Amino acid sequence: MLEDKDRIFTNLYGLHDWRLEAAKQRGAWNGTADLIRMGRDWIIQQIKDSGLRGRGGAGFPTGLKWSFMPKEVGDRPHYLVVNADESEPGTCKDREMMRHDPHLFIEGCLIASFSMKANACYIYIRGEYVDERNNLQAAIDEAYAAGLLGKNAAGSGWDFDLYVHHGAGAYICGEETALLESLEGKKGQPRLKPPFPAGAGLYGCPTTVNNVESIAVVPTILRRGADWFQKFGRDNNKGTKVFCISGHVNRPCNVEEAMSIPLRQLIDTHCGGVRGGWENLKAVIPGGSSVPLLPKDICDDVLMDFDALRDVRSGLGTAAVIVMDKSTDVVRAISRISYFYKHESCGQCTPCREGTGWMWRVLERMAVGDSTTAEIDKLLDVAGQIEGHTICALGDAAAWPVQGLIRHFRGEIEERINSYRADRGPVAMTGVAAE
Amino acid sequence: MAARKPAAQQPASFQWSAENQRWCDEQTKKYPEGRQASCVIPFLWRGQKQDGWCSIPMMEVIARQLSMPYIRVYEVATFYTMFNLSPVGENFVQLCGTTPCMLRGAHELREVCKKVIGAENHVSDDGKLSWLEVECLGACTNAPMIQISTKEGDHYYEDLTPEIFEDLLAKIRRGEEVKIGTQHPGRHTSDPEGENTTLTDPTLYDGSRAQPLKEIPNAQPATPAE
Repeated sequence: MLEDKDRIFTNLYGLHDWRLEAAKQRGAWNGTADLIRMGRDWIIQQIKDSGLRGRGGAGFPTGLKWSFMPKEVGDRPHYLVVNADESEPGTCKDREMMRHDPHLFIEGCLIASFSMKANACYIYIRGEYVDERNNLQAAIDEAYAAGLLGKNAAGSGWDFDLYVHHGAGAYICGEETALLESLEGKKGQPRLKPPFPAGAGLYGCPTTVNNVESIAVVPTILRRGADWFQKFGRDNNKGTKVFCISGHVNRPCNVEEAMSIPLRQLIDTHCGGVRGGWENLKAVIPGGSSVPLLPKDICDDVLMDFDALRDVRSGLGTAAVIVMDKSTDVVRAISRISYFYKHESCGQCTPCREGTGWMWRVLERMAVGDSTTAEIDKLLDVAGQIEGHTICALGDAAAWPVQGLIRHFRGEIEERINSYRADRGPVAMTGVAAE
Repeated sequence: MAARKPAAQQPASFQWSAENQRWCDEQTKKYPEGRQASCVIPFLWRGQKQDGWCSIPMMEVIARQLSMPYIRVYEVATFYTMFNLSPVGENFVQLCGTTPCMLRGAHELREVCKKVIGAENHVSDDGKLSWLEVECLGACTNAPMIQISTKEGDHYYEDLTPEIFEDLLAKIRRGEEVKIGTQHPGRHTSDPEGENTTLTDPTLYDGSRAQPLKEIPNAQPATPAE
């Protein structure tokens, strides 16, 4: 269990004032110039030593990512772009950080940009977060007025401009290259990699794209030391993390906890347990809609970190825990996720554009039982044809929940088909499964 | 993909208000020279705030303003689902229907929408309301929830029940003020209902964290980063 004194986001719930003076009282902007004066190499080494892995879902080591940027600025400027396009179903952590603790985040933008020799940073916030955007902009204006941004930002000797940019409701813009396309004023369709953004990103210039949480934790890690951050979580899964627990729990909430906390402890301690008790649990999606769900027997003792969840063929993703109790129609729940991916596919790659809709239509029929058991294998096959065959990971993200459903709840789908068929008699399936 | 196309009925022209014109000029300064196309989403959004929806003449004005071919603006306006390609109600209700909200009763809210407002995408006779089911709005720990967009702003209303939601729509229709955010009496934002389990230690807020750092941890000479 994490103690309050080790929590980074001390105003996560907005119970206190978010403005500059109050944020400073909570420790934001404390010694920023001194930290920056320690130099780029020191900052990047500290972040590497802390074991911080990217908080946007993929879990790539943040310090390593930063070190991919060119060492010297050539004829093209460097950029930091912060991904605040939080749209993964189940995830609502960046929103709280931006509206309630914006100064920790802004300070992180300055330090991270300095360490990558970027004089400008764009925050790309999802279009729906209008109030959050206004709050963040107000906090940035305050920081400019106080000399914390702009020329010689915070007395560090580094000139730094921070801009808020927004999207307009496209989940795909959370993919880093789609985000860059969108920021350049285009449709948000992902780019082929390579070139990677560190080589050619925003406007063709070296760019690093980081999640809000990855950036916002940086100042506190530097102030308290990499070894402090290392105290939490298992090897290779260090630090604290904001978890978003939604669905069938008694008290849904966001909470900052230590990495590697057991799932059951997380739910029982902070969320008042599963609705109707732990035995009433059916399944949990542990890391946002993209990751495969886990049935209760795995949830009993699984730890919440990147490696433990990977070992049970799921993932930590954004640490958005979606809980489903026994009353849940799990086929329908996953079908709704498939609809989400159908709606959000950018249409660039055929397997995803056509496959997401196909999977959704099949699942809608399976939800009522209007299918055959052979079609379950066909669905699994199609999911496998989408996974790994698209430019970006949206194809994978659409396939994984379906694969997870079949892996763990195949029996339930079959039962439903059998009872539907029992009423109507067997049907010879035709070649076209979806329409 | 979401199938979207512009409305059949389009206005003859579009003009920025003086204030919005000034705002546009300010915005272009955020981006490097020659990169003014970056403004296209913010401009379309501002235009939508001015007129309530994005018309073809508006897209064309913006295209000329940003030196973009018309087609580049059309495709942005049709790609991003927050741009309304036809008129909506004065209060545009966006109901989140994705799984976390679905698990906590979004379908009941959908029934309320149908009962109070009518069919999806249909503007009520008084012009006050219309609704649309949208994908995850990112307030999942406060599910189920909706967003209501007006010319003045866009706010989240969270932790809804059918009764609270129906009451909220009635108030909005009458032009009464409604509390923004969670509608649950026991919650502040995304904190758990009732007593909080975290962030209760008063020393977090007594200013002790603002004391100058005694020393910077690990401040030994920097070793070059790999």
